[in-house]
Amino acid sequence: MSIFLTENSKVIVQGITGSEGRKHTARMLASGTAVVGGVNPSKAGQTVDFDGTSVPVFGTVAEAMKETGADVTVVFVPPKFAKGAVLEAIDAQIGMAVVITEGIPVHDSTYFWAHAQGGSTRIIGPNCPGLISPGRSNAGIIPANITQAGKIGLVSKSGTLTYQMMYELRDIGFSTAVGIGGDPVIGTTHIDCLQAFQDDPETEAIVMIGEIGGDAEERAADFIKANVTKPVVGYVAGFTAPEGKTMGHAGAIVSGSAGTAQAKQEALEAAGVKVGKTPSETARLMREIVGG
Amino acid sequence: MDLFEYQARDLLASHGVPVLPGGVAETPEQAEAIAREISAPVVVKAQVKVGGRGKAGGVKLADDPESAKARAQDILGLDIKGHITHKVMVAQASDIAEEYYFSYLLDRSNRTFLAMASVEGGVEIETLAVERPEALARIPVDASVGVDAQKAAEIVDAAGFPAEVRDQVIAIAVQLWDVFSKEDATLVEINPLAKAPDGTVLALDAKVTLDENAAFRHGDHDALEDVAAADPLEAAAKEKGLNYVKLEGEVGIIGNGAGLVMSTLDVVAYAGEEFGGVRPANFLDIGGGASAQVMADGLGVILSDPSVKSVFVNVFGGITACDAVADGIVSALGLLGDEATKPLVVRLDGNNVEEGRRILAEAAHPLVTVVDTMDGAARRAAELAA
Repeated sequence: MSIFLTENSKVIVQGITGSEGRKHTARMLASGTAVVGGVNPSKAGQTVDFDGTSVPVFGTVAEAMKETGADVTVVFVPPKFAKGAVLEAIDAQIGMAVVITEGIPVHDSTYFWAHAQGGSTRIIGPNCPGLISPGRSNAGIIPANITQAGKIGLVSKSGTLTYQMMYELRDIGFSTAVGIGGDPVIGTTHIDCLQAFQDDPETEAIVMIGEIGGDAEERAADFIKANVTKPVVGYVAGFTAPEGKTMGHAGAIVSGSAGTAQAKQEALEAAGVKVGKTPSETARLMREIVGG
Repeated sequence: MDLFEYQARDLLASHGVPVLPGGVAETPEQAEAIAREISAPVVVKAQVKVGGRGKAGGVKLADDPESAKARAQDILGLDIKGHITHKVMVAQASDIAEEYYFSYLLDRSNRTFLAMASVEGGVEIETLAVERPEALARIPVDASVGVDAQKAAEIVDAAGFPAEVRDQVIAIAVQLWDVFSKEDATLVEINPLAKAPDGTVLALDAKVTLDENAAFRHGDHDALEDVAAADPLEAAAKEKGLNYVKLEGEVGIIGNGAGLVMSTLDVVAYAGEEFGGVRPANFLDIGGGASAQVMADGLGVILSDPSVKSVFVNVFGGITACDAVADGIVSALGLLGDEATKPLVVRLDGNNVEEGRRILAEAAHPLVTVVDTMDGAARRAAELAA
């Protein structure tokens, strides 16, 4: 098992003909992902060739779903057009939309999140690396060759810290690693992933990576205390971040006394989560729990 | 991006929100001229992006143009909590009968927008929210619906605005939503929203924060940036398209990915505790690509920072493999030539790490030390900066 993404997932790519979309579609295919189509309204009917695999391009998400049975879309559409692309995916009732695009205005992401409520689409991101269930499927830009399938579940706001943690624990392996993104408003949260990992029989322990900004980690800590029986190890980045400065991710900002790394660490520890001081210490804490 | 009060005021006025006449001055003479034009008592207000300016002597009344000039003279150059006052706003003074509060903001926790309103304005709203939460109405606003007259009435009635100002405040609430949504703001806060003795409701002070991700649809927002206040290194980095934040420390940091770079700063600060409190000198995320040119640009900015004593390059080879990153570092050092004068500690991990380390070993640049782990490399970089 894994969460959200399995070997049966059928993936389409919105923005498949752009340079990022094309590059990462090739990588997804190479790692065994069933990429069954792409979407570009002005290139419908064409195909894009990837090293022997020919991927059909459809005019709309709905048409791509009808023709291929796709249940996941990965969105590489530039910020200017991202809102429209995600709304189209939601209206087509696709199961999951993984929004890789960085730099989407927060009014747009708040709008499409509101629009998705009550619908059937799980949104991952935006401004995220996507998610991978190693050996099964890879929806997004996470390098597939870092690690293998295993028993750790990972949820992280940061892409490179996701890769770093997968690398540190590569011999143990991961059920699913989800990069939920570093924007102030995101679709799938730490809590959603914690719940899914708690329910996933294959996941034995969970690594949760957070960073400054907002109160998602504090809320996750409350959730863990009440609902998660599997061991959770945490890491929080940004202890040295000054107040009022955006640190790379649009959401990574300490505002006044809110959103500090210190507060997040304390909340997690109060919920019984072991929090590492560095990524490698965090990996060591996980090793102590799962062995290996 | 946080706006100055005068910029916020102009933005509000352009959407029809009632404000008092006024203007911004950089010299006492300009302040005098604005006061003369208003031809009524004015208030001279320091334009700084920090609270508490009244207590710091940054807000003064002036009865005539001459005293407006004198008050501007007092306030210009004033240091308010580390912010130097370069501009003052001169606005018509208003007698205030009642002070209210109104804001729209992004509610990250609930992934929606929030209207907050109170008839007890003029005070720190954070204090009000803690001490008398029942006095602050908090009404969620669905981003896909927005605020029309009906929604505005719901907010205004929840806050219990008096009947004689209700219609005015409803109209202002709709106009403020226009500012919030059309300008891609994440905060529009009016405090105080004031009732003058004649019953007119006006926005007397405003805080506006704009979403920089939305700059592509607001060509006019660029001009609102406070270029003068920007750190020169941050300005140089921005010109090169680099994601850089200047910090107070000695170890220059380059890494890929915002989370990894934040983590690198922390790890360096921990390691630095052993070496007399050495700290990271900056945040610099060169992104997933990490090409030689970007590496060279980044190194160039960091090496031009006089407080930097050592540099820590911390890259995880994900999409870009470590051999390409190593090539980038070697060619960056080649591009920089004699400008590269400070020791570099490099830590590479991830895809093709052996090949990456081999390339760096072969280049054997005298300034470069390769350390295998992030923690070890941070320690070495801190040691070199001590």
